[in-house]
Amino acid sequence: MHDGGKILTGLAVFLVLALLPFWHNAVGGTAAAPQPKIVTQEKACVAPRETIRSTHMELLNSWRDTVVREGTRTYVDAKGQTVNMSLTNTCLSCHPNKKEFCDACHNYLAVSPYCWDCHVEKKESA
Amino acid sequence: MERERRALLKLAGLTVVGLAGGALARTAEASSKHAAKPGTKRLAMVIDPRKCLENDGCTDCIGACHAVHNVPPIDDPRHEVKWIWKEKFSGAFPDQEAEYVDEALTSKPVLVFCNHCDNPPCVRVCPTQATWRRDDGIVMMDWHRCIGCRYCVAGCPYGSRSFNWVDPRPFLKSPTPDFPTRTKGVVEKCTFCDERIGKGQQPACVEACKEKALVFGDLNDPDSAVRQTLRARFALRRKAGLGTRPAIHYLV
Repeated sequence: MHDGGKILTGLAVFLVLALLPFWHNAVGGTAAAPQPKIVTQEKACVAPRETIRSTHMELLNSWRDTVVREGTRTYVDAKGQTVNMSLTNTCLSCHPNKKEFCDACHNYLAVSPYCWDCHVEKKESA
Repeated sequence: MERERRALLKLAGLTVVGLAGGALARTAEASSKHAAKPGTKRLAMVIDPRKCLENDGCTDCIGACHAVHNVPPIDDPRHEVKWIWKEKFSGAFPDQEAEYVDEALTSKPVLVFCNHCDNPPCVRVCPTQATWRRDDGIVMMDWHRCIGCRYCVAGCPYGSRSFNWVDPRPFLKSPTPDFPTRTKGVVEKCTFCDERIGKGQQPACVEACKEKALVFGDLNDPDSAVRQTLRARFALRRKAGLGTRPAIHYLV
């Protein structure tokens, strides 16, 4: 019954391994939050910036249902303008830099939306 | 004892009447489903095979459809995806005994695609409502919701549905950004160009046909081109005996 040393060593190894992400950040510093690059000439989005940041996925889901299930393709935005509900042709027409705009945050947060498995990503002109 | 028996018989009688009433109501509901709702459209197409054959071997409609909908050109018959294609006459109309009918018609392939049935078996078997019948008669697909079970493929008596056994993207050299591609594991078929109809355009195949062999319109409008054509000439529907009530009519 003199295994205290082994147990403590084991615990130490476990803590080092299990908390590795924290050590990594403590030593190397945290990754900087991405700054999505906005390249559009348009003055405003279909909704205020904060709304879009927090709930763009919900807006896109409701666009999807409205277009596919109800057959309605136009959306009246916060400013009363009518836009075509289309990820590729409306969202990406203002934000053609998908890598710097969409992917920057998605990669940072480790989310992988499957929108682009089907929806065509326009060729980036830049 | 006597009273209990009487009550039981009454209850049993009422139950039978209730059940019969419910069943009758359901039957009535089912039969009224096919009746046109006032103010709604019933989109349909009329195909004139003779006009189609004027330019034998033409595939303009197929090319136009497959281009605007990002349908991948996969040669392997196990994996092929098709929305509109040509079928042998005997394959398209297996129930037509066309022994002495003009060979000019029966020896040539027939243009076939989704029939957008009034009573679509594919919709009935879909467990997720990924395919459903719109009020205007279009049997639509929601690729977001399709789980790839292929019940609809088995249910469709016309073979109108294709399954994506492989990722279609590598087969598309320059997909049009106006329409999504599909992904591996979903079923796809003709949607009567719902995206074009929504903009007031004709389906891509109709627009592409130089011979004007395809006529598209609303069956509920007695003056529409489809109704006028159907009044003037006799037309067949594929496997009409199955009771699916297809919306694609073939002039004879």
